[in-house]
Amino acid sequence: MIRKLFPHPYLSATLVLTWCALMNSFGAGALMLGGILAVIIPLLTAPYWPEHPALRHPLRLFFYVLLVVWDVIVSSVDVAAIILFKPAAKIRSAWICVPIDLPSPEAQALLAGTITMTPGTLTADFAADGKSLLIHSLHAPDPDAVRDQIKTRYEARLKRIFA
Amino acid sequence: MNMAIEIFVSALLVIGGAFGLIGSYGLLKLREPMQRLHAPTKATTIGVGSALIASSLDTLLISGHATWQELMVSVFLFITAPLSALYLAKSHIVETVDRSILPPTATEAPWAELRRAPKDVPSEQMRVE
Repeated sequence: MIRKLFPHPYLSATLVLTWCALMNSFGAGALMLGGILAVIIPLLTAPYWPEHPALRHPLRLFFYVLLVVWDVIVSSVDVAAIILFKPAAKIRSAWICVPIDLPSPEAQALLAGTITMTPGTLTADFAADGKSLLIHSLHAPDPDAVRDQIKTRYEARLKRIFA
Repeated sequence: MNMAIEIFVSALLVIGGAFGLIGSYGLLKLREPMQRLHAPTKATTIGVGSALIASSLDTLLISGHATWQELMVSVFLFITAPLSALYLAKSHIVETVDRSILPPTATEAPWAELRRAPKDVPSEQMRVE
C-alpha cells in the first residue's frame, strides 16, 4: 500500500523539500501542498521510471556530492587557467572511451553528470548498451590518466553507493 | 562584523563575475565546437554559484532572514547543465563529427548516436540490450 502510494520515496521527499524551499516557508500550507505534489508527481511519472533503484548508502551519496562540489571548484580554476594562459594551438583535446560497469541507469546518469561538471571533461554520448561513456576532454596530454581517474575517483564510489 | 561580511560578499561577487567573464572569453578563444562547450559548463557554474552564495549570505547575515531559493537555483543548475551539454554534444556528433576520430566502445554495441536510423535496419538488429 505504502509502496503503491510512494513508488519513489526519495523522489517524494525531495519534492516536498523542493516545494518548501521554492515557497521559502516550512509552514503548514507549504508542507500540505508539497505533500500533495509528492504523491501526484511520482504517480504520474512512474510509467517512465518503473524500476526502484537500490540506494544502499544515502550518507555516502551525501559525501559524494561534497566531493563533486569540491572538484567543481578546483576544475573551474583549472579550466580558467587553460582558457587564459594556454595558446589555442597548444590545447590537446581528446575523445576518450571510458568502459563502465554500473548496476543501474540512475548510477550511469549520475556518473555522466559528474563527468560533465568536473575537470575539463564532458560526457558526449553513451554506448547503446550502457557499458561505455564517450568523453571529450578539453586538455588531455595523457587520455589514459583521465580514464583511470574517472574510474577510481567517481565510478568506484558510485558502485559502492548503488551496490 | 558587518564590514567583514560585506567585504566577503563583495569578494564573492567579484570572483563570480571574473569566472563568468573568463567563460565568455573561452567561447571566443577556443576553436572547436566541442572545446567551446567546456567553457560555459565549468567556469560559468562557479560564476553563478558564487553569486548565489553571496546573495544568500547577504539576506541571511545582513537582512537577517534565511532564503532557500538560492540553494534551489544552484541545484537546478547542477541538474540541467550536464543535460543541455550532453544534448548539444550528441547533436554535434550526429551533424558534424568525423566518425573515424571517435574511439570504439568497450563492447560490441555502437555509440548510441551512431546507430543507424530504424528505417534502415530490420527491427531485430536494433535491439542491442
